[in-house]
Amino acid sequence: MIKGAIVGLGKMGLSHAAILGAHPCVDFVAVCDTSSLVLSAFKKFSNVKTYNDYKEMVEKESLDFLLVATPTRFHYPMVKCALEHDLHVFCEKPFSLTTQEGQELVELTSKSGLINQVGYHNHFIATFRELKRLLKVGVLGDLVHFMGEAYGPVVVKEKGVTWRSKSEEGGGCLYDYASHVLNLIQEIIGRPVEARGSQLKSIFSKGVEDAVYCLLTLENNVSGLLSVNWSDETYRKMSTTLTVIGKNGKIICDATEIKIFLKNPVKKENLDKGWTIKRITDFAIPVNFYLRGEEYSAQIDNFIDCIINKEYSVFNNFEQGLYTDKVIEFILDDSKKK
Amino acid sequence: MDKVLFGDNQFFAVNHASDEKARTQFIQFKENAAIINVIDQAIDLGINTFMCTTHDRISSICDHLRNHPERYKNFNIYPCMPYAHKYANALTELGIIETIKQYVPGSIFGTFAKGGFAFVNKDFVKLMELLIDAEMKMFKGINTPVIFIQNVIVDMILGLKMYSLLSAYDSYIREKYKAEPGYITMNMPLLLDTLNSLGIENPIICSSINKIGFRMSGGIELYEKYLNEKQFRPIAMQVLGAGTLRPKESIEYLGKFSKIESVLFGASSKGHIKETKKLIEQYIS
Repeated sequence: MIKGAIVGLGKMGLSHAAILGAHPCVDFVAVCDTSSLVLSAFKKFSNVKTYNDYKEMVEKESLDFLLVATPTRFHYPMVKCALEHDLHVFCEKPFSLTTQEGQELVELTSKSGLINQVGYHNHFIATFRELKRLLKVGVLGDLVHFMGEAYGPVVVKEKGVTWRSKSEEGGGCLYDYASHVLNLIQEIIGRPVEARGSQLKSIFSKGVEDAVYCLLTLENNVSGLLSVNWSDETYRKMSTTLTVIGKNGKIICDATEIKIFLKNPVKKENLDKGWTIKRITDFAIPVNFYLRGEEYSAQIDNFIDCIINKEYSVFNNFEQGLYTDKVIEFILDDSKKK
Repeated sequence: MDKVLFGDNQFFAVNHASDEKARTQFIQFKENAAIINVIDQAIDLGINTFMCTTHDRISSICDHLRNHPERYKNFNIYPCMPYAHKYANALTELGIIETIKQYVPGSIFGTFAKGGFAFVNKDFVKLMELLIDAEMKMFKGINTPVIFIQNVIVDMILGLKMYSLLSAYDSYIREKYKAEPGYITMNMPLLLDTLNSLGIENPIICSSINKIGFRMSGGIELYEKYLNEKQFRPIAMQVLGAGTLRPKESIEYLGKFSKIESVLFGASSKGHIKETKKLIEQYIS
């Protein structure tokens, strides 16, 4: 059994706690949070130990891994502490608030050989994986353009101040929402190397942006658009779409389906001329325990498998997480240009 | 329970096969009258149970039912609580304490006269009961013989191993509402084992049951074994495998399991409702 603990019991932390609790290879032993309300619920109803100081938890419990699900500004000290105690680390996204800090953490892991993963769960949704595979085998031919979009109803009215209202703490739409799309673009289509025309727009929030729009150029010279808005209540929940256009057609991919249009058929992929629709049900990743979506369990399964097999994760390692932080940083810089 | 339970996903932009379709339905059911119209069609086809989340808009539907008591006197609602997005959005926006303040009726300090939050800290079961009461308020005067707890909460409790909350829910629903507690889950075998270990026998469990094993965590073989061998009252949902199966083959598959008591499905057109109801009556014994 692999012993693990969580620091940060917000929405994601609680969801991770349940998934770890149900995992057959994990001995989930401790939680840490600053909310006495949440800790007393764990004390009263579960068998895990509770802490309000993560350092104390890391010192006292003989852990194999730490899962960090605190607000972003705490990621750096907590992940560093865990790595220094030889713990494998799963860290929620976005990875770090500054790329210097992120770089330091990446270097620490590369020296230690510890397993590291960031919570960009969309890579565990089979439709996005299939999109990556189809692009890799070249069904679209030369790529011409892409569009990465995410919309949802997170902030739909003027609201009070929480950590999410502070841009320096990574609370805005760019860090929280757009990071998912940037990470998908980076891993599926190509790494962005330049942002132009970046617009960060506040709609209801004070101090942070609710929407991000920009033009991205990728390392493979393909350019495309990013359009993300978390104040869009025409969506019931976060909805993320990648559209990729090539000389041989177009693919539109979201978490539920892939719509493929081809000018010329691709026989080896069994794809006809014209439209082909593939659904998530055709290739969903099976999980032993389900909470809120297969992808949340599948990403934890991957992390635990990597620890057991002593293999680096090919999905969402710290270096990949750091690259997304770098893209966020150059979008921020570009948005400040007059 | 009736064999045919009419669901509400189609009214609230929930579609597991297509985000795009979900949004189209969102537009179609903009007005409550459009929802009532479809419910009336279902009633005219002989369906008497509507299983729905405690979405804000359901309270307007309930007003309509109360205003026409004669028309709906044999009509049942199976509430499914909570409408999780409501709380999830509030948690992100307001944090835990403010969320509790917003949804627990009355002043929190008034409700917990003996010392405000210190009391909340110690009495989560009381807090849960207050939240249940708040969710149930909209159904006053309407028949609610079975009251469900949603899968996101059930499965969260299962994972966190906070099992005694399930016992507390079970007894509160029986005592206060004189209703049968029901459980929705994506992890049916694990839930049934857990409920049995708590001494809850023959529970009503609503879970995905379909030929392709979609959202059947633990695997289709284990589900089939439980459906054949264990003692519980299963309701099948997501029977069409998020729209990938034809109605006939999917309901025919359910017919292999004599234990299945009811099938939950949602549809927006009279034709679909009629067809699915006929199949359920044909194959479910």
